[in-house]
Amino acid sequence: MAISKAEVVKVAHLARLAIPEDHLEGYTHIISDILDLVAQMNAVNTDGVLPLSNPLDATQLLRADEVTETNQRELYQSDAPRVEEGLYLVPKVIE
Amino acid sequence: MTVATQGDLSTLTSKALHQLIVNKDISVMELVDVFLNRINQYDPQLNAYITVVQDKARAQAIEVDNKIRSGELNHPLAGVPYALKDLFCTKGILTSCGSKMLSNFISPYDATVYDKLNQAGAVLLGKVNMDEFAMGSSNENSYYGAVANPWDTTRIPGGSSGGSAAAVAAGLAAYSLGSDTGGSVRQPASYCGISSIKPTYGRISRYGMTAYASSLDQCGPMARSAEDMALILQTIGGFDVRDSTSAHVPVPDYSATLNEPLVGLRIGIPKEFFADGLDAGVAKVIHEAVEQFKRLGATVKEVSLPNSHLSVAAYYVIAPAEASANLSRFDGVRFGHSCDAPINLQDLYERSRWEGFGDEVKRRIVIGTYALSSGYYDAYYLKAQKIRRLIKNDFVAAFNDIDVLMGPVTPTTAFKIGEKSDDPIAMYLGDIYTLPISLAGVPVVSIPVGFSDNLPVGLQIIGDYFNEAKLLNVAHQYQQVTDWHRQSPSQFTGA
Repeated sequence: MAISKAEVVKVAHLARLAIPEDHLEGYTHIISDILDLVAQMNAVNTDGVLPLSNPLDATQLLRADEVTETNQRELYQSDAPRVEEGLYLVPKVIE
Repeated sequence: MTVATQGDLSTLTSKALHQLIVNKDISVMELVDVFLNRINQYDPQLNAYITVVQDKARAQAIEVDNKIRSGELNHPLAGVPYALKDLFCTKGILTSCGSKMLSNFISPYDATVYDKLNQAGAVLLGKVNMDEFAMGSSNENSYYGAVANPWDTTRIPGGSSGGSAAAVAAGLAAYSLGSDTGGSVRQPASYCGISSIKPTYGRISRYGMTAYASSLDQCGPMARSAEDMALILQTIGGFDVRDSTSAHVPVPDYSATLNEPLVGLRIGIPKEFFADGLDAGVAKVIHEAVEQFKRLGATVKEVSLPNSHLSVAAYYVIAPAEASANLSRFDGVRFGHSCDAPINLQDLYERSRWEGFGDEVKRRIVIGTYALSSGYYDAYYLKAQKIRRLIKNDFVAAFNDIDVLMGPVTPTTAFKIGEKSDDPIAMYLGDIYTLPISLAGVPVVSIPVGFSDNLPVGLQIIGDYFNEAKLLNVAHQYQQVTDWHRQSPSQFTGA
């Protein structure tokens, strides 16, 4: 196995995914299979090759720092699950 | 209606439909009703549509009819009904991305491509089905269920833009916009016998096109002919200040060069696309298509893309890594699915995401998070990006002495629904011919070039950066002397 159950638990936490215990075995297997598939990259010598993050090797465009959007809070919050007086509600984080 | 029966209309190109409108043979309203009726009649067998915007389409039809009559609107796509893959944001309309996560998401804004098509007077019929967040090659990963292939409804239409391909092939839309990250317009277009184009990365604005893997995602028109794709790309292409990765490169007149003869065209055939694993029936059809290009005056030589076999490995690191970052925005707080009665903030995040995402999306998030995590970044993400450079360099070298590359889109024709759904690795390996092109970011057209066992086969025509005009010209010339693109599945023809 390319990855252990414990590592899957750790990564799932980093990804904020609550994988239930009874799905863990299956995940570990399939993630291992995928890592085995991508392991063929290791056979290639890439010393001195520059990583390609944008196919056109383009750099980030910049624009003037000015306001271009108007406030549309009510519209945007119409899609939110829990809102009160213009604020998003989440469970209590400070006891 | 006197000009044509409903069945005939549904098989016409966008260009021909617009001409009927201009000639006053049919009104936009009548045409929209033809398509809405066909969707009612046939879509239950296909499941191509997630949302049909019947009232909006009719209201828009009245408006467009008036504007055409008054001379205010003369765009070549005015009045032509189309469908959008359900990842393009459309204000006031469900934009689900095929996911439970966004099954309650009414977009508060419009994607640039939708905005441009609205200005052109194109009429949106609805939003079509897709693999969840564009992750998949069969359209089986949709919260809204699998889509059937109009040529054989026991088979998949391809993915991730499966709803787009099925809708156009069955005459339930004149054209559709899909998105292509690793082959997601070309593969379903091929399986369903229609034409598609994945332009150069950055050619079309991605603003409002829900992100999967940002360094690969590109919008792609799917249509009934190369000529139609030229009109669509003309309308939606170009720089957009709202998409910082859109290219500042002028958009040429794609229709102007469609009729250039192909005498002297230099075609390269990458030998890696014809290696073991290519179905013999598909290979035969592809070779026949290449022969047709020779008869049109092209010369053909074998070339090599020596790193293309590494595409599956590099793609299934890069795309999941970028997806894991893009999909981190779904937190159960601002929009999208939110779990019931969370006990604390972590529970809210973790359970909302577990419940809202489907299996394939979660697999890719885990793989991507792993590839980006401390201690593994260099071995996976950075390594994959270096291999991506090698793959790109193969294409750059090939285009030194050839004009276009040609090869199959897929190793086989459309497979049965359920055949590979329990085997993600087998599904990934089917992307072997489309992924190198996506990683390089070069433009590519796919066109139907025949059948193998009564199922459509697609040819890829690959070009150098921003040379979409040449690809459309090459595809159009082929379509002038063949009629594969005019074939329609008999089960869905007729009124």
